[in-house]
Amino acid sequence: MGRPTDATTGPTAGPTTGPTGRYLLRGVAPLGGPRTDVLVADGRVAAVGAEATGARATVVDADGLVALPGLVDLHTHLREPGREDAETVESGTRAAALGGYTAVHAMANTSPVADTAGVVEQVWRLGRDAGWCDVHPVGAVSVGLAGTQLAELGAMAHSAARVRVFSDDGMCVHDPVLMRRALEYVKAFDGVVAQHAQEPRLTAGAQMHEGVVSAEVGLPGWPAVAEEAIIARDVLLAQHVGSRLHVLHVSTAGSVDLIRWAKSRGIAVTAEATPHHLMLTDELARTYDPVYKVNPPLRTAEDAEALRAGLADGTIDTVGTDHAPHTREDKDCEWAAGAFGMLGLETAFAVVHTLMVATGRMTWADLARVMSVAPARIGRVDAGPGAQGRPIAVGEPANLALVDPAARWTVDPASLASLARNTPYAGRELTGRVVATFLRGRPTVLDGRAVPPGAAS
Amino acid sequence: MRHLLSAADLDRDAAVGLLDTAERMAATQEREMKKLPTLRGRTVVNLFFEDSTRTRISFETAAKRLSADVINFAARGSSLSKGESLKDTALTLQAMGADAVVIRHQASGAPYRLAHAGWLASAVVNAGDGTHQHPTQALLDAFTLRRHLVAAGDAGLGRDLAGLHVAIVGDVLHSRVARSNVDLLHTLGARVTLVAPPTLLPVGVEAWACATSYHLDEVIAEGRPDAIMMLRVQRERMGAGVPANGAPVATGFFPSPLEYTRAYGLDARRLAMLPEHAIVMHPGPMNRGLEISADAADSPRAVIVEQVANGVAIRMAVLYRLLAGEREAF
Repeated sequence: MGRPTDATTGPTAGPTTGPTGRYLLRGVAPLGGPRTDVLVADGRVAAVGAEATGARATVVDADGLVALPGLVDLHTHLREPGREDAETVESGTRAAALGGYTAVHAMANTSPVADTAGVVEQVWRLGRDAGWCDVHPVGAVSVGLAGTQLAELGAMAHSAARVRVFSDDGMCVHDPVLMRRALEYVKAFDGVVAQHAQEPRLTAGAQMHEGVVSAEVGLPGWPAVAEEAIIARDVLLAQHVGSRLHVLHVSTAGSVDLIRWAKSRGIAVTAEATPHHLMLTDELARTYDPVYKVNPPLRTAEDAEALRAGLADGTIDTVGTDHAPHTREDKDCEWAAGAFGMLGLETAFAVVHTLMVATGRMTWADLARVMSVAPARIGRVDAGPGAQGRPIAVGEPANLALVDPAARWTVDPASLASLARNTPYAGRELTGRVVATFLRGRPTVLDGRAVPPGAAS
Repeated sequence: MRHLLSAADLDRDAAVGLLDTAERMAATQEREMKKLPTLRGRTVVNLFFEDSTRTRISFETAAKRLSADVINFAARGSSLSKGESLKDTALTLQAMGADAVVIRHQASGAPYRLAHAGWLASAVVNAGDGTHQHPTQALLDAFTLRRHLVAAGDAGLGRDLAGLHVAIVGDVLHSRVARSNVDLLHTLGARVTLVAPPTLLPVGVEAWACATSYHLDEVIAEGRPDAIMMLRVQRERMGAGVPANGAPVATGFFPSPLEYTRAYGLDARRLAMLPEHAIVMHPGPMNRGLEISADAADSPRAVIVEQVANGVAIRMAVLYRLLAGEREAF
């Protein structure tokens, strides 16, 4: 899956070793536990504790930093091919690395749509060539995301990109028969259908959450029931055909209840929350600034709290960014004319840390679970030479994020690596920052700065 | 006052102040020479992205009576129809030196963006945005209510609408007039009851400063409103429309025009049920025979034409307040 050279290049020694060399992470706290030293060599975690010594290794002063398994995003829009003015695979994966990610799943709503083996292989190759993190293309469920005919799911699964996650994200697979067929079909290669739950007839022309704020500001409402009705249907379908279902960007309290109920019945459903639905609310629509326009929309404070509670108790399995870059002209306009979507990769860790870990609602292991381990398992990228979401233990691939839990920083859109600037957190202070990222032993980020692949350390 | 974007932005004193200024403006309009020199040399742009001849003419008349230069910028027939963005239009108006921009737009919040996105330094007046606000309509309605039900002329100066009960009937869901009036009439001390079928009340209306009812006869008989304001109901909201292109259409908000009229139309019977002193209002344009019958529209209690005349006085007051500050010049 990754760059083959990573796995085969041996240690070349010396403190000025190449990017796949030896790194001693001194004083680091794996998953927030006791401080220790971690030696990274040959792309793997070579030693932990007393056996980790600095001989011939570049020493990284990691005192006070927490080590996490490299983050894994199941929900990224890289926009290439088609909208390279908003983001490219290179810029998006650089943003991902800066956000602590070592793998992202690239959604299929590109132009052309990623509904053939050719397109998914193109995206996969672009990711491999960029070298910032693993890029796992998501395959479209239906041809052209049109919701009528199954795309060639098998061809994508058996392509070089080895697609396991299928989604029409941006569009709901609203036809119940098509959804049933997709759920059944992907069982042949242990795939999963990731549903964008949005009943289209209930949301025609919808601009924001339907409730007190939409009534006042006069924007057409997107009712919670339009999400919940699809989730209710899909969990029952998944149960009926015995398939895996992953629900993208769960946004309402009612959806959390439905998923909790489905899990209690043993249904193989997993669910995602985005950082923005965890932190932000529909009150922001009062500004009419389309930077706060997203699909599904920002909901009420009660919904956001239900998502945080669901994330803490395990009902919500993953945090996915739904990183959705848009050009300035697509956001510098009136609300109705603005595009749906927000940036997320470079702020996701800090948002989740601020809301959940700094407040004591989740442990570091919990954060690693929802941002790395569970997404890797759901995407079936948790085994083999490119394995992600693995424990920080000797012999495991050295996919790591080192974060400073004490760092407080204010989000500045101009300083983001993404080509786009549509972050909803501009001017907000967050706690916790990514300091370094290692992709199979090679630093992609050091001291909070991107280290171009191939550059000497 | 820097902009006028929403009736909710006005507190009681600001609203009463505008009504008082409009009262003085109205007095000047009874002179033979109606034109005042107040805004000579100032430029007012009417930026209309949505057709509304009556509102545009009202603003244009108001600006001209104050001697401002008026530029009418209609979205159709300009570069906007070729897809120029609101931002570029704003930058153009800024470069032309517009002192005030009166904007009508189909997108809720477009005036707010124009005022706050940093594109334009002019004063912005919301002349109706989507299903959000139409503050000068609410002001002219309040002005009309005060003149008829509180006191006209100098006797009304300084007075609000305390104690009045106003019923607003019809398509509240899609109405910027209803939203603006609920905000302003509440601020001025009046009690508002919205009357509509449940499908035409927005989810979230329970947070508004008003009562709601599904039953017009009950509100008239038991609520004894001092004024009844009928909202325009658009014909495309009703029944199951016929798809023009084969695409599915939204199911109607009510079954048929006849059923709507039976339950929510103001006809001769309901007109007779109203208290003696109650007035009949409509923001126009009317659908005669749908939300209002000819009997009601043409009755002596209808103040609909007067609302139009009051619109000019209110818009003069708004432009005066925004552009001339507190200077007394008339």
